[in-house]
Amino acid sequence: MPARKGKRTTGAPRRAAPRKAAEAIMPAARHRIRVTVNGRPYEAEVEARTLLVYFLRDALGLTGTHVGCDTTSCGACTVLLNGEAVKSCTMFAVQADGAEIMTVEGLARDSELHPLQKAFWEHHGLQCGFCTPGMLMTAYAFLQENPQPSEEEIRIAISGNLCRCTGYMNIVKAIQHAAQEMAAR
Amino acid sequence: MFPAPFEYVAPTTLEQAVRLLQQYGPDARLLAGGQSLIPMMRFRLANPKVLIDLNRIPGLDFLAEERGVLRIGAMVRHRAMERSPMIQQRYPLLADAARVIADPIVRNRGTVGGSVAHADPAGDWGAALLAAKAEVVITGPKGRRISQRTLPLESFFTGPFMSALEPGEVVTEIRVPAPGPREAGAYLKIERKVGDFAVVAVGVQIALDGDGVCRKAGIGLCAVGPTSLRAREAEEWLVGKRLDEATIARAGELAAAAAQPTSDTRGPAEYKRDMVRVLTVRALRKALERIPGG
Repeated sequence: MPARKGKRTTGAPRRAAPRKAAEAIMPAARHRIRVTVNGRPYEAEVEARTLLVYFLRDALGLTGTHVGCDTTSCGACTVLLNGEAVKSCTMFAVQADGAEIMTVEGLARDSELHPLQKAFWEHHGLQCGFCTPGMLMTAYAFLQENPQPSEEEIRIAISGNLCRCTGYMNIVKAIQHAAQEMAAR
Repeated sequence: MFPAPFEYVAPTTLEQAVRLLQQYGPDARLLAGGQSLIPMMRFRLANPKVLIDLNRIPGLDFLAEERGVLRIGAMVRHRAMERSPMIQQRYPLLADAARVIADPIVRNRGTVGGSVAHADPAGDWGAALLAAKAEVVITGPKGRRISQRTLPLESFFTGPFMSALEPGEVVTEIRVPAPGPREAGAYLKIERKVGDFAVVAVGVQIALDGDGVCRKAGIGLCAVGPTSLRAREAEEWLVGKRLDEATIARAGELAAAAAQPTSDTRGPAEYKRDMVRVLTVRALRKALERIPGG
């Protein structure tokens, strides 16, 4: 993944600066936040109403995270917030201040795909690919917690991620194979 | 869609949260897990001018049994309830409910207190916690300080999305009586698909004495009334009886009679009423199976 340089325009991300003294408790329409995304620190000013997914996509340019249903149903926008899968369309960016976020862009190491990505490729765990970033992030968080899942456990784990192409068979198969691959490492 | 512009604040103490609520009054809303409120804001069904985020207040996510009471901090996530070995072993009613709320990703964020305070008649915690005979601990202003009051959950729900919360008050804890030796529960839900609200759901909690006679019963109904409902007549029918099939069947009928369903996209009222009967019977059987020697 190419390194992203901070831009200087207002509201654009910058490299994190040292934390300032605690702010007064006053409601505000704009907030300065610091987040770590895929291991890289960012600092940016956000509108209070900016949803995390739009911050990731529009401010940071990380467009791998998709906006699907916009109604907390489809899971295409799933990212990891401090290690747990969340729907980034149902959280405000300001709430992520101080958090570690991982998006689909954080899975591959240099040019090498993560075993999950490789498994989705090899077992054809996608057709149109729109749900894939969310599926991958959900599966990633799930395998951290349950490295040797049963098929049923996988199906429950991805039940908050909708795929309208595959019928899930190959997605489940891909996650099973990724689990084996990751366990063998 | 984007929510309308608002001002955001994240207090770090309950005192600050209460003070902010007092200061901004009806213009302010509390943000817990946000899994209901944020979609409502996106649809502009909720347009708070000030959003007070409770997520930065430490100490609201405790989950422990103390002196015969299960104390659930308001900011305990559904996922924590689902994962807790204590909940799984001692509160199967609550464990069942936790597993069927929305979907696994939503459960990572959504909170028990937020769900209760939201007072959605189709919320799973409402029915499950009514069956468990829960109480709500509310923290609010008292002069320049804060104080707590406790309400039975049943009197907390006053209408669809309406509760007994007064201005400046926050739900801070849910309390559930710890189970006795021969006590168990179950929560069953009919949903069209994962992540959808219940067509109907029923929670039950029963306790038997040494002779197998029912000494305590709680039955909560989800999505069949203006609030989560308690099926009181069915509960009273069970107490003092041995829970044979005929007794259970009658309890199902009484629970169905207590339901106030309306026809909507999830089904006609008659269907929902009959499903209350079916789920009550099945949940009672399941709870019985879970009582050792039940």
